[in-house]
Amino acid sequence: MSARVFVPGDAAAVSVGADEVAAAFGAAGATVVRNGSRGMLWLEPLVEVETEAGRVGFANVEPADVASVLSGEHTGSIGVVDEHPWLTSQRRVSFVRVGVVDPASVADYEAHGGWAGLRRALSLTPAEVVQEVTDSGLRGRGGAGFPAGIKWRTVLETVADQKFVACNFDEGDSGTFADRMVVEGDPFTLVEGMTIAAHAVGASEGYVYVRSEYPHAVAALRRAVDAAYTHGYLGQDILGSGLCFDLHVRVGAGAYICGEESSMLDSLEGKRGEVRAKPPIPAIEGLWGLPTAVNNVLTLCAVPMVLSEADSGGPGWQSYAELGTGRSRGTQVFQLAGNIRQGGIVELPFGVSLRELVEEYGGGTLSGRPVRAVQVGGPLGAYVPPDGFDVPMDYEALAESGAMLGHGGIVVFDDTVDMARMARFAMEFCSIESCGKCTPCRVGSTRGVETIDRIIAGRDVAANLVLLDDLCETMTKGSLCAMGGLTPMPVQSAIKHWRQDFEREGADV
Amino acid sequence: MTTAPTTDRVALVRAIATQHLADRGALMPVLHDVVEELGHVAREDVEAIADVLNLSVAEVHGVVTFYKDFRTEPAPAHAVALCRGEACQSVGAEALYAETRDRAADLGADVEVDEVFCLGNCALGPSGTLDGRLHGRLSRERITSLTEGWR
Repeated sequence: MSARVFVPGDAAAVSVGADEVAAAFGAAGATVVRNGSRGMLWLEPLVEVETEAGRVGFANVEPADVASVLSGEHTGSIGVVDEHPWLTSQRRVSFVRVGVVDPASVADYEAHGGWAGLRRALSLTPAEVVQEVTDSGLRGRGGAGFPAGIKWRTVLETVADQKFVACNFDEGDSGTFADRMVVEGDPFTLVEGMTIAAHAVGASEGYVYVRSEYPHAVAALRRAVDAAYTHGYLGQDILGSGLCFDLHVRVGAGAYICGEESSMLDSLEGKRGEVRAKPPIPAIEGLWGLPTAVNNVLTLCAVPMVLSEADSGGPGWQSYAELGTGRSRGTQVFQLAGNIRQGGIVELPFGVSLRELVEEYGGGTLSGRPVRAVQVGGPLGAYVPPDGFDVPMDYEALAESGAMLGHGGIVVFDDTVDMARMARFAMEFCSIESCGKCTPCRVGSTRGVETIDRIIAGRDVAANLVLLDDLCETMTKGSLCAMGGLTPMPVQSAIKHWRQDFEREGADV
Repeated sequence: MTTAPTTDRVALVRAIATQHLADRGALMPVLHDVVEELGHVAREDVEAIADVLNLSVAEVHGVVTFYKDFRTEPAPAHAVALCRGEACQSVGAEALYAETRDRAADLGADVEVDEVFCLGNCALGPSGTLDGRLHGRLSRERITSLTEGWR
């Protein structure tokens, strides 16, 4: 019998040669499964060979290594992957199957606990499902942290002939890739979560809005949706329950703003992705003016677990709610990125410190130089200096410290970073990606770039810093959405913690 | 690439749009298919799509110009897109992007070097795509070697 080998088909693994490695194993006669990535991205391509002891891993494999891996002569084994301390110290809930299962196989999904949440949900009334999601404490993972159950209740209680479920898979924040990895590695979880959501709120149609920068995820998701239809998990009379739910995959077109939920809805309707003024909220008037439950990928992917029976035999919502801290319940999928030695996915209950993530899991910088700054929560998130790394990672504690969790991305910079340049980039990014609907964002970001350019050039620095602060306040208070409203966060945090980068030597301060 | 005469092109665009008539919010899928089939969205395509989908030319034009993916000029022979997101910047993406733009002509006869903001490969930067294929840990040398066949 030929050896069974797992070579990730995840885009990150492919970006460092996994396709060529998979082809070489195939040519050598091995049976190749294209699994997702385990999230230890610095080890990719991480190949696993099935043995009696478990799946044994080989890191950074190249096509030239294939023969020695198969013959057992390769000396670079990292041991049984399931026993790797980087993984065993985590609490994987949303990522429990990612890297483990074959993302193309419905049967493999079912064998690893898939569809249990949907089966149980279908035996409950919609109101009961909404109650369990509320009781789990699950909050929106897109960044805003709004309680999912409350949102679903609003949709459920709004009377309409037609309702929708929409999944925001426009993961555009630099430093984030959890949505991409969960969909590429375990796409049926999203299909299951959305089907449960449809039952809970009374929706008959769903849309997933995927960004076009994620072609691997689009392919994985479309394949999963087709398979779900074939096996009766989507379409008419799902699992004999009477539930009818059609799921469509739609692709964005290179606009960051479409990750803002109301822009996403306009884009799904075939319009320019411009932000809508609120109210009305999408739960009451969403897609085509009808009630729509809009949730992030990770929120929907947590739902099957919440609705399943826990391993302990108790209810899933209860074991989910037992994780975490304060009002941040469950786990958060942190993404370690940027100048970091061990980048990847760390899923832990809320409350872990930023220091533990950056220094212990991340192992410091890739360059080996000291860490100077970490940006938490994407391009609209704050820059945090090392003396602020003891903050516990939960929604409230971060907000209190002047930062935000966002989608859980953590980008590390070493001591060569110029924080005035990063502040300028925040404004530049906003000027490029603003939808243009409101003035503080559209005009303010361009003025922000110009003002920071003057500061960098050393012209009237003190006066321009005052002007910049004033501009930031206008953007924060006057913008329609988080794009203009939060762009000042990286700018002002950079000025606050690294003022010397703005008051340059020889400048007229 | 656009080699079809205009009338054939319009017929093809109309056929693509007609395939999506039953879809809600059909415009984005139609535009993606037109770019996929014909390389870009030409002026006459906008009118044909507007007609089939019962939209105004202004509405379709507005959508085409809002989104970066919908090219309005023929695509180059080869394309490099380098990520300028913060994560890639932390490992030198700004210098790599500037330098690659400067030597675009050396990479091949008709090469476009463009920026992109995040490809979701933020732990293995600098990231980029070369003719649509994703690559991580890019460097000047790696780009030179990956584009060898373009020269």
